Amino acid sequence: MNTLEQERANQYVFADTLEELAETDSDLIITTSDSRGSGKLVPFAEKFPEQVVEVGIAEQNLVGISAGLASAGKKVFAISPSCFLTARSLEQIKNDVAYSDHPVKLVGISAGVSYGDLGSTHHSIHDLAVLRAINNMTIIVPADNFETREATKFAYHHDKPVFLRFGKKPMYTLHDEEIKFEVGKAITVRDGNDLAFIANGETVYRAMQAAHMLEEEGIEARVVSMHTIKPFDTETVTKAAEECGAIITVEEHMVNGGLGEACSSHLLESGYSVPFKRIGIPDEYTITGPQKDILRHYGISGEGLMATAKDFLKTKASAI
Amino acid sequence: MTKIKHKEIDLAQKSVQYRKRILSCIKNAGAGHTAGSLSCIDILNVLYNRVMNVSPENFDDNNRDRYIQSKGHSVEALYVTLSDQGFFPDADIDTFSQYQSHYVGHPTRKVAGVEHNTGALGHGLSMSVGIALAGKMDNAPYKVYTLLGDGELAEGSNWEALMAAAHYNLDNLVAIVDYNKLQITGPVDNVINIEPLREKFESFGWQVEEVDGHNLDEMEQLFKSAPFQKNKPNMVIAHTMKGKGISFIEGDPKWHHKVPDDEQYEDALAELSQVSQDF
Repeated sequence: MNTLEQERANQYVFADTLEELAETDSDLIITTSDSRGSGKLVPFAEKFPEQVVEVGIAEQNLVGISAGLASAGKKVFAISPSCFLTARSLEQIKNDVAYSDHPVKLVGISAGVSYGDLGSTHHSIHDLAVLRAINNMTIIVPADNFETREATKFAYHHDKPVFLRFGKKPMYTLHDEEIKFEVGKAITVRDGNDLAFIANGETVYRAMQAAHMLEEEGIEARVVSMHTIKPFDTETVTKAAEECGAIITVEEHMVNGGLGEACSSHLLESGYSVPFKRIGIPDEYTITGPQKDILRHYGISGEGLMATAKDFLKTKASAI
Repeated sequence: MTKIKHKEIDLAQKSVQYRKRILSCIKNAGAGHTAGSLSCIDILNVLYNRVMNVSPENFDDNNRDRYIQSKGHSVEALYVTLSDQGFFPDADIDTFSQYQSHYVGHPTRKVAGVEHNTGALGHGLSMSVGIALAGKMDNAPYKVYTLLGDGELAEGSNWEALMAAAHYNLDNLVAIVDYNKLQITGPVDNVINIEPLREKFESFGWQVEEVDGHNLDEMEQLFKSAPFQKNKPNMVIAHTMKGKGISFIEGDPKWHHKVPDDEQYEDALAELSQVSQDF
């Protein structure tokens, strides 16, 4: 466990899982907006050409057509870069999928700042905030390939709308395959009671790096993969507050409306007032460059999170 | 597949009955899209009573015909038609727009017989393309009918869907434009010109037919003749009159969502009763 060994990008794992599922189900359809290459779905399309609907660069149509297909009994994965899928076609997501209750599986690829050097047009740091504000949407942000595979299988079987958020870079193995993946139930990747990092997606392993470095200084940090944003696992957040007494949330998303706010509103409403810090992309003109540099710039790296944690623990000490 | 049998009814009498019920629904609620519902009701009348294979009995059958009302705001026309088809009791319509009623100002699937939640404009055609595509994949016998508003055609998503329908040779898709040439602000060609409409659709690869959207027999013949051409999606430009049937509502943009007062309501009913007597 916790080998922090880099493997494949989860988009490949997603594509492989879809191929396995499609072997026995001709009703599994993927819809793409000139995005099969970015989605690593060229092999799928070659193997199952009848199960691909290409709409061209037309994300609104992508989601509308997907809703129509789903209403007629198809199991539809609509795949497009998250920056376009959750902005250009947000009204189709809200009305044709969520409000109409058609079980489209929306897949936002290259999310967060995966396309960091392409500029803000291609950043998707709003997606969780907008989708959290839409009823009838399960939102999953896998942190490694195991979570990706399990989330994909869940989406396939689920008869309600789902949003899967994927990055672009190879992922690190975080779990033994034996563990149980349950939507709406966070996974504690590392135990510790001095503080808790609650993270998701590609930030989880960065929190793990920080936890390893903190361990050398005698600080035991808990790391939680909060892979499901909706429905939200409030129990795990409560437990972190009670047992660790200090929480840092980490997300590859703007701090407005994301994971951190979901945690903080729960804590306040349930009467917990523990030292709390949100680490994410601040509300400013986002800098550009490679993903890892952008994340490091905003303190989302092993070193950055360790430094934040050490400062933060002083706050915890003075709060006591 | 369950093939429904249409009842032997007088379509012209139905049109009068439906118009009266649209007006009483709107009058009762104090809200509604009066002129647009009167504009498209003859189209719904023909589709549900003569053309489409859909009824409460086969609504769970994946081979049923589909009707998607993209211009969702003309929902009174849909409620009146669905109720007359037996999807729900007529009295339900009297809850239109009331607290917690499912009979809201745009169609939702909480109402029996409604396929998709529409009302945000420019959505119906894409969803219809999806259903038609699924029908082609399954070699299913159904057709998909979708009603578009003319003002709605300014939404760019329609043109994405038009392209896709032709690309996938969806001759099982019939789109109908309720071309009454008025929208909330005024004449469509003053707001944003959509002409030349026929040529636009043709250049997008559709087979286009034009019809008088109040001529019940012509519409029945035309709809039943689809596909107009094999492998091409079908477009019907139905020339209509906004507010059709009530002389003082016809062609007046201010009736887009105006509710008749007591006197206007009585005058409207009297006018419709007169038409009825003339049969």
